[in-house]
Amino acid sequence: MNLRSILEERARILKRTRAFFDQRDYLEVETPSLCRGVLVEHTIDPYKLQDLNNGENFYLHTSPEAGMKRLLVRGSGPIYQISRVFRQGEVGEVHQPEFTLLEWYRPGWGPQELMKEVSELLEDILGVQPADKISYRDLFKNQLEIDPFTASIDNLEALVKKHSVPLPPSMPTENRDAWLELLISFVLQPDLGNDRPLFLFDYPASQAAFAQIRCEGELDFGERFEVYFQGIELCNGYHELLDPNEYRLRFEQANELRLKEGREELKLDEQFLEEMEARLPACSGVALGLDRLILLALKKQSLKEVLPLTIDDV
Amino acid sequence: MANEYSTSDFRKGLRVLIDGEPYLVTESTFMKPGKGSAVYRLKLKNLVSGNVLDRTYRSGDKVEAADVEDQSVQYLYNDTAEWHFMHPESFEQYAISKDNLGDTWKYLKEETRVDVVFWNGQPITVSPPNHVELEITYCEPGAKGNTATNVKKPATVETNAEVMVPIFMNVGDVIKIDTRTGDYVERVSRA
Repeated sequence: MNLRSILEERARILKRTRAFFDQRDYLEVETPSLCRGVLVEHTIDPYKLQDLNNGENFYLHTSPEAGMKRLLVRGSGPIYQISRVFRQGEVGEVHQPEFTLLEWYRPGWGPQELMKEVSELLEDILGVQPADKISYRDLFKNQLEIDPFTASIDNLEALVKKHSVPLPPSMPTENRDAWLELLISFVLQPDLGNDRPLFLFDYPASQAAFAQIRCEGELDFGERFEVYFQGIELCNGYHELLDPNEYRLRFEQANELRLKEGREELKLDEQFLEEMEARLPACSGVALGLDRLILLALKKQSLKEVLPLTIDDV
Repeated sequence: MANEYSTSDFRKGLRVLIDGEPYLVTESTFMKPGKGSAVYRLKLKNLVSGNVLDRTYRSGDKVEAADVEDQSVQYLYNDTAEWHFMHPESFEQYAISKDNLGDTWKYLKEETRVDVVFWNGQPITVSPPNHVELEITYCEPGAKGNTATNVKKPATVETNAEVMVPIFMNVGDVIKIDTRTGDYVERVSRA
């Protein structure tokens, strides 16, 4: 494909995406990329900037989540945003430190309804069949014959070794999620969503990020979902957390994990926490990597093939 | 010099030291589950033995850099056990055993410039130019009028290596060979 046809395809998909949301009564919004604090996540590193005149520190947003949730608190109704976001150190075939994220929120909806809408968007843009769905627990049970919620670390370790996954030197062996992540990345993910998109939902609570946690008997489920197509992860959705105290707690937990792993502690977004006191309406929201969607639509392997300019060109 | 690479330096082409042996990074993959930790996967090739390794690293892990150096040197002669090379400016000479040369000996005639990788001062790999031109020293006589290039016969070239060439070739013809595949490319001049 020449440059012109890649640019045309990209423009066409952006237009079609906007039409999809406009027809469904979502409003396109814009929120600031500069922030004084962040919604802290354990493994996402924002860029830090400094005002040249007064030395004040800012971060570049890693998603428009904080701004959009503040609009929802103020009564915006259903909204979507297409924005450039920034995440340090993420460079690979399907990673760029600056990329385009499509994020949207629908008040009143649960994760099941939102997953259906994500599937409809994928059907529209990729021309695929409606997505399949499997819970995180059933995926592990079906494919690896192990219960990811109850298996001992020894069992997880044995399984990783059985599949000849090479262990990183600094593997945090006491961290269940690190073992589960190795199994997902190396063993399960390459075959996820071969023929049609596949949703994974109901994650272990320890991987809930900012999703609500549902207790069922002995087990806690993070009401979060991801969708995979042809082995590529495309989105991350939440049944959104509402309680500002719970947000603060999760930010602090994430910062603790960051410090433990030698990452920098991040400043909390206090304005966000303050505004959340007025309560987010019950809602679900999802963020989808638009560059990856375009990559899949054009049947390419690397983001470099669908982004005319990347981090290597600046 | 114990230089180290951190995961953000990882890329194809890096030369690193693992278990005391030098490796070339042949593939570097960045993997990161949505809300999980990044894992870097390296495919590595041992610069001495050619063995391959599959390794993973997490942010914060370090890998020692291999003390390797590339030099372009000139091939001088061989005594069938060792091949001798000379640095064109320092005139320093190096000997490399036939075992360490792999198939490269097939493409070396006097004065050929080759890229040599030195590890701790010792030459460990020799890469010939992608294409070399060598004279045929022996083959069955050329079949006159048969210009088909897909019918091949064996020919010995001046380095004593055997190459498959089109059936119309003769002793004294100079041919171009792709050293990456060992294949005949074209005839450069006729006997």
